[in-house]
Amino acid sequence: MCLAIPGKVKEIYGEDLNKKGKVEFGGAIKEVSLAYVPEVRDDDYVIVHAGFAISIVDEDEARETLEYFKQIGEMEQ
Amino acid sequence: MKYLDEYRDPESAARISKEIRRITTKPHVIMEICGGQTHAIVKYGIDEFLPEQIELVHGPGCPVCVTPLEIIDKAIEIAAKRRIIFCSFGDMLRVSGSDKDLLSVKAEGGDVRIVYSPLDALGLAQKNPDCEVVFFAVGFETTAPANAMAVYQAKRQGVKNFSILVSHVLVPPAMEAILSSKNNRVKGFLAAGHVCTVMGYHEYGPIAEKYRVPVVVTGFEPLDILRGIEMCVKQLEEGRFEVENQYTRSVKEEGNITAQDIIKKVFKAIPRKWRGIGEIPQSGLGLSDEYKDFDAELKFGVAHYTKEESSVCISGLILQGVKKPHECPAFGKECRPEKPLGATMVSSEGACAAYYRYRKK
Repeated sequence: MCLAIPGKVKEIYGEDLNKKGKVEFGGAIKEVSLAYVPEVRDDDYVIVHAGFAISIVDEDEARETLEYFKQIGEMEQ
Repeated sequence: MKYLDEYRDPESAARISKEIRRITTKPHVIMEICGGQTHAIVKYGIDEFLPEQIELVHGPGCPVCVTPLEIIDKAIEIAAKRRIIFCSFGDMLRVSGSDKDLLSVKAEGGDVRIVYSPLDALGLAQKNPDCEVVFFAVGFETTAPANAMAVYQAKRQGVKNFSILVSHVLVPPAMEAILSSKNNRVKGFLAAGHVCTVMGYHEYGPIAEKYRVPVVVTGFEPLDILRGIEMCVKQLEEGRFEVENQYTRSVKEEGNITAQDIIKKVFKAIPRKWRGIGEIPQSGLGLSDEYKDFDAELKFGVAHYTKEESSVCISGLILQGVKKPHECPAFGKECRPEKPLGATMVSSEGACAAYYRYRKK
């Protein structure tokens, strides 16, 4: 139910609470409300639930998490 | 897909698993709150990556599952009326009320439709001014921004033939109910990443401190969940009970303020009954006084319904982490996904339904 998936913002239109955009999910494009991510820009990835983007993926944090997965355990070996 | 596939890498999973084994010296019981995480754990066999001392128990975080029977009955009664378009997310249609589900109402001629977003339901109301459009607003905090926006826009645009049947529940009061139960075994939590994306995680500090349990805000992919478990075990081993954030690519401490503002305008905290658990104080959302004209229960006169649960079903104990699905005498026999006796068999995110699908044999 709380399933939310990341998609890439391809186009933004509308203002304030009517801000919307085209978001791509693995090839499929859907219209999504961007009302809750007012600072969103083209090519950002957003996490989408029930037709609404609820966050913009933080790329630095995403990279850092992946870095940890790569180096985990190496310190002890 | 970017931001999904790289969090499913088996080699990284093996490395985190090894690290968890290295740091674990004693038994720990950890609960994942969210049904989406329960589903991922059972689907990917994440518990099999863990040492025997770590037990995962599955929490009440499936809103479809915990929606009480009486609300399903209210939905069915409203949906069966003439000149009503009843809209819902797909996963509520198969959930049985006392006698039948919404799909049977549709088969009998009711206008029941699946929508992707509550805004689609609002759009239907605008296109069909001669009908009443009702949206079944079920969900946790994750879904509240979407549902709140539909009602907020309806009021702003003067749409009078739109209302919502609200069954919204909140995570922190449910955690407190579990922790203060005399049966409680849970020593650490994985908090739900998308709930926290909306609400932030400052609400969990007082809970972690009061009950001395670590809380790790965790994402939904296998590596996220393993890393959340690792962070939780590390705290338990070191005797810490802090709120930490594993899902940093989506969750900020303060959450999504714009969304919280709209939720606060449209909804207010009220007591809610949870299927399998019972009533928990201030554990849900209802429409605020300013928006009560959009309350389908008042509009269609169904607010007074009540209904008791099956007595065989142990879903209450499963939702609190006291029992596992296969310990129930009805599991896989008289209780199956197509004919669920209780909360945890109802949706694919319920612990019993996940065990039935992936671990029946």
